[in-house]
Amino acid sequence: MAASVSLPTLKPDDFKTDQEVRWCPGCGDYSILAQMKKALASLGLPREKIAFVSGIGCSSRFPYYMNTYGFHTIHGRAPTFATGLRLANPELQVWVVTGDGDGLSIGGNHLVHALRRNVDIKVLLFNNEIYGLTKGQYSPASRLGTSSKTSPGGSFETPVKPLSLALAAEATFVARTIDLDVQHMVGILQKAAAHKGSAFVEIYQNCKIFNDGVFEYATDKSVKSDNLLYLEHGKPMIFGKDKNRGIRLNGIKPEVVEIGKDCQIDDLLTHDESNEDATLAYLLSRFAHDTDKDAVKPFPEPVGVYRNVRKPTYEEMLDGRIGDAIAKKGKGKIEDLFKAEDVWTVTE
Amino acid sequence: MSSEQGSLAGATIPGANGSSNGHHSHKRETVDAVTIRFAGDSGDGMQLAGTQFTNTSALAGNDIATFPDFPAEIRAPAGTLAGVSGFQVHFSASDIHTPGDDLDALIVMNPAALKTNLKDLRAGGILIVNTDNFGVSDLDKARYKISPLEDGSLKGYRVVRVPVAKLTRESVAEYKLSPKEADRCKNFFALGLVYWLYERSTEVTLKWIREKFAKNPQYVNANTAALKAGYNYGETVELLPVQYQVAKAKISPGTYRKITGNEAAVLGLVAAAHIAKKTLVYGSYPITPASGILEGLAELRRFGVKTFQAEDEIAAIGVAIGASYGGAIGITGTSGPGVCLKSEAINLAVMTELPLVIVNVQRGGPSTGLPTKTEQSDLLQAMFGRNGDSPVAIVAPQSPVDCFDMAMEAVRIATQFMCPIFYLSDGYIANGSEPWKLPEIAKLPKLDVKNATEPNSNGWGGPGHETGDEEAKGAGKATFLPYKRDEFLARPWAIPGTPGLEHRIGGIEKQDVTGNINYEPANHEHMTHTRAKKIENIALTIPDLEVTGDQDAELLLVGWGGTYGSITTAVDRVRKRGLKVAQVHFRYLNPMPKNTEAVLKRFKKILVPELNSGQLTWLLRAKYLAPCQAMSKVQGKPFLVSEIEAAIEKMLK
Repeated sequence: MAASVSLPTLKPDDFKTDQEVRWCPGCGDYSILAQMKKALASLGLPREKIAFVSGIGCSSRFPYYMNTYGFHTIHGRAPTFATGLRLANPELQVWVVTGDGDGLSIGGNHLVHALRRNVDIKVLLFNNEIYGLTKGQYSPASRLGTSSKTSPGGSFETPVKPLSLALAAEATFVARTIDLDVQHMVGILQKAAAHKGSAFVEIYQNCKIFNDGVFEYATDKSVKSDNLLYLEHGKPMIFGKDKNRGIRLNGIKPEVVEIGKDCQIDDLLTHDESNEDATLAYLLSRFAHDTDKDAVKPFPEPVGVYRNVRKPTYEEMLDGRIGDAIAKKGKGKIEDLFKAEDVWTVTE
Repeated sequence: MSSEQGSLAGATIPGANGSSNGHHSHKRETVDAVTIRFAGDSGDGMQLAGTQFTNTSALAGNDIATFPDFPAEIRAPAGTLAGVSGFQVHFSASDIHTPGDDLDALIVMNPAALKTNLKDLRAGGILIVNTDNFGVSDLDKARYKISPLEDGSLKGYRVVRVPVAKLTRESVAEYKLSPKEADRCKNFFALGLVYWLYERSTEVTLKWIREKFAKNPQYVNANTAALKAGYNYGETVELLPVQYQVAKAKISPGTYRKITGNEAAVLGLVAAAHIAKKTLVYGSYPITPASGILEGLAELRRFGVKTFQAEDEIAAIGVAIGASYGGAIGITGTSGPGVCLKSEAINLAVMTELPLVIVNVQRGGPSTGLPTKTEQSDLLQAMFGRNGDSPVAIVAPQSPVDCFDMAMEAVRIATQFMCPIFYLSDGYIANGSEPWKLPEIAKLPKLDVKNATEPNSNGWGGPGHETGDEEAKGAGKATFLPYKRDEFLARPWAIPGTPGLEHRIGGIEKQDVTGNINYEPANHEHMTHTRAKKIENIALTIPDLEVTGDQDAELLLVGWGGTYGSITTAVDRVRKRGLKVAQVHFRYLNPMPKNTEAVLKRFKKILVPELNSGQLTWLLRAKYLAPCQAMSKVQGKPFLVSEIEAAIEKMLK
């Protein structure tokens, strides 16, 4: 038997850099940073095998605070740099840190295409539904009626639902978690890290300065269990303080039902994150507290892993094509690079 | 060729297809060089005919230069002026640098092609006309009121009237093609006729037909029949009393192939990556006239090349920069409008000091401009088109073949100096072709790319690394300093995955040496100057300008990039006529060679021909206070040699 190889044992603090963290006091980003360090320490990967790539915005300062490789790039384009990094260096675990402005507005196109291609990158979208670094303008994720410096009287643009967008873009791993739900977040980050292919994680993140309390319904202990549905693979979709409500499918329409009164547990939808068909996951991504809260039976917002399926990654498929070409014509040598079909020789 | 042969104009055509049973003896005439152009509708296969004629001439040992000229529309309405596509070939028994000015022969497939191309045919030149496409509606589409074949307007040319469509259909009759399929063989009939005219073998094209249509034997048979019928028609019919021979050119011994600028760029980039022992990652979004490079590289996967067709221009450069960060040779390719979109990302590469090659195959601008036409009008964009003080290196190949060398050189500079670099080609040399002597592998430039593998410091106490003192103040802990520079001011390239060198980079201003975010005024000034000085240091590694021609001339011709062939030919010609002229040509635009100022100061008059409104002129005047005068052309076309000759003569009057 070969001697066992000892994995480097790293503590969360080993991921700390010497740079002063400059987010506002009370920012949700601090929690995400702390949970990320915990999650990475649990993976057994050496620090040099991890890279963080970010765009522009408050969240995008993240790489400076992680003692791994890091690249703070330009606004909205982080998925493109991360894709290039993976093409050059398929051994790396590459995380993209973005925000709702960076990832959904200026960088929306890149997000869609990186997910569609199934590039093996893990995209963390810190969603605070506001522009923070530019000091409080509404974002494409801001709820209808959000009053900001650039939306006096309230925003009248329909917001993006990030998970609906990710699912429509054929993302193979889609999840949601919350800045203050620290245990849950560590679990989601670990699962995202383990996923082979594009992972998209929306993290509800409170902006203390410009959009404080926008996720209170999901973080306030007195109400959150009525407002959130914790998705668990293979389990029926049950929620509520008394765990007496669930989600049932009525035709193609989901509905909130009371267990024992409207139905039995067996009638509820069972969550299957490995379902190849993303239709149900998409239905779940439509549940929105702000538009549903006044309904007779309001929908909870699902958190957890919506979708987790294994498909070939872009890198695997490209390497496959390279392998095919080599198998067909042999590995390219510089000697035959210059030859063409029609060459002629000139003699003295 | 004498003008009395112009009497052939108006000769009648026998309808028979090579039915003659007698052997006609034709006069043979030997000429040094010939320029011909195939012109027809976009769907007439003129690019193919021209390419085949070029390949055959190259294999016959001529020097060649080509100029394909086609519309931006893939298929403009058939028969219209907008839809005319042309392919010009200059083939010669001596060394040539351009596809030629005036045409010795013009082959036109319809009235529109005649109308748009006739002005380039020299007086007394051969005009081969497909008379089958001169009906009322064909003439109307070309805005002819009266047929030019009947109004005497072609009197100054040797007109050869050939019912190409009819003869082609007859020649392929036995192969049971639809009328449309039969018509598609027309270009081979025309090509066969031209092969006869210039005593060319049909073998190269016959072989190509056999391979191309291997799966469709009736197409092989039909195209072969059309080609041979065209050839035999020339042999049999006494419309063309003279055959022309162009002898082999005396070129240096070696193995040659024909190559376009874009093909040469592909090979140069792959060769550079191969020698550097790096993966080539090419991020690009389809755009004319640069797409050929993306397509060419995609064919070379067995060399480990990774091409990435991005969702847009910005993603394309993002992928290239990300790949460079990851230790590959990251390259992005585009044309002017794409460069506009990439500007912000180029600056990220400036700031993070990562190697990056930006291929810009220039076309007519601004905006969408002239997508398929050539221009050199992105020089100042490459120099200055970004926010902040943002120095970016620039090289520009001077000919199709030079695209190979300069592509390699761009990779060399980018990796040695850890910087982005523009490779400014243009549509003219990118699509134009010439013979290329295959390089000897052992003689290719060496690219010794180094990556950091271990910490480069024992800690560090503050800025001022130039003196070397500060480093001694370090805390004694082995540290990697990502902005600690070498003698050229290049920073180390540490690839993610390397243990112990974890570091962070980004577009925010950073402290020199450590790379930490830094907003201090003095540091920003220091870094601005350092980035500029680093680019200037490239001049220490590039060749000086070489003054050719008359060293004691009053007039210096200065060019850059793809105009080399036209300028050189013009200078040769006026010098043969006894004028004194010197010439330099820039392949390095930023930085310019070390001796630039000294060279410019030697001459009283400086003429700068460029395909823009005077961009290099502007730079030279601003930088060196040199008395440069622009010779500007912005018509989407390359310079004619005669235009430059005339400008030189005017300057020396």
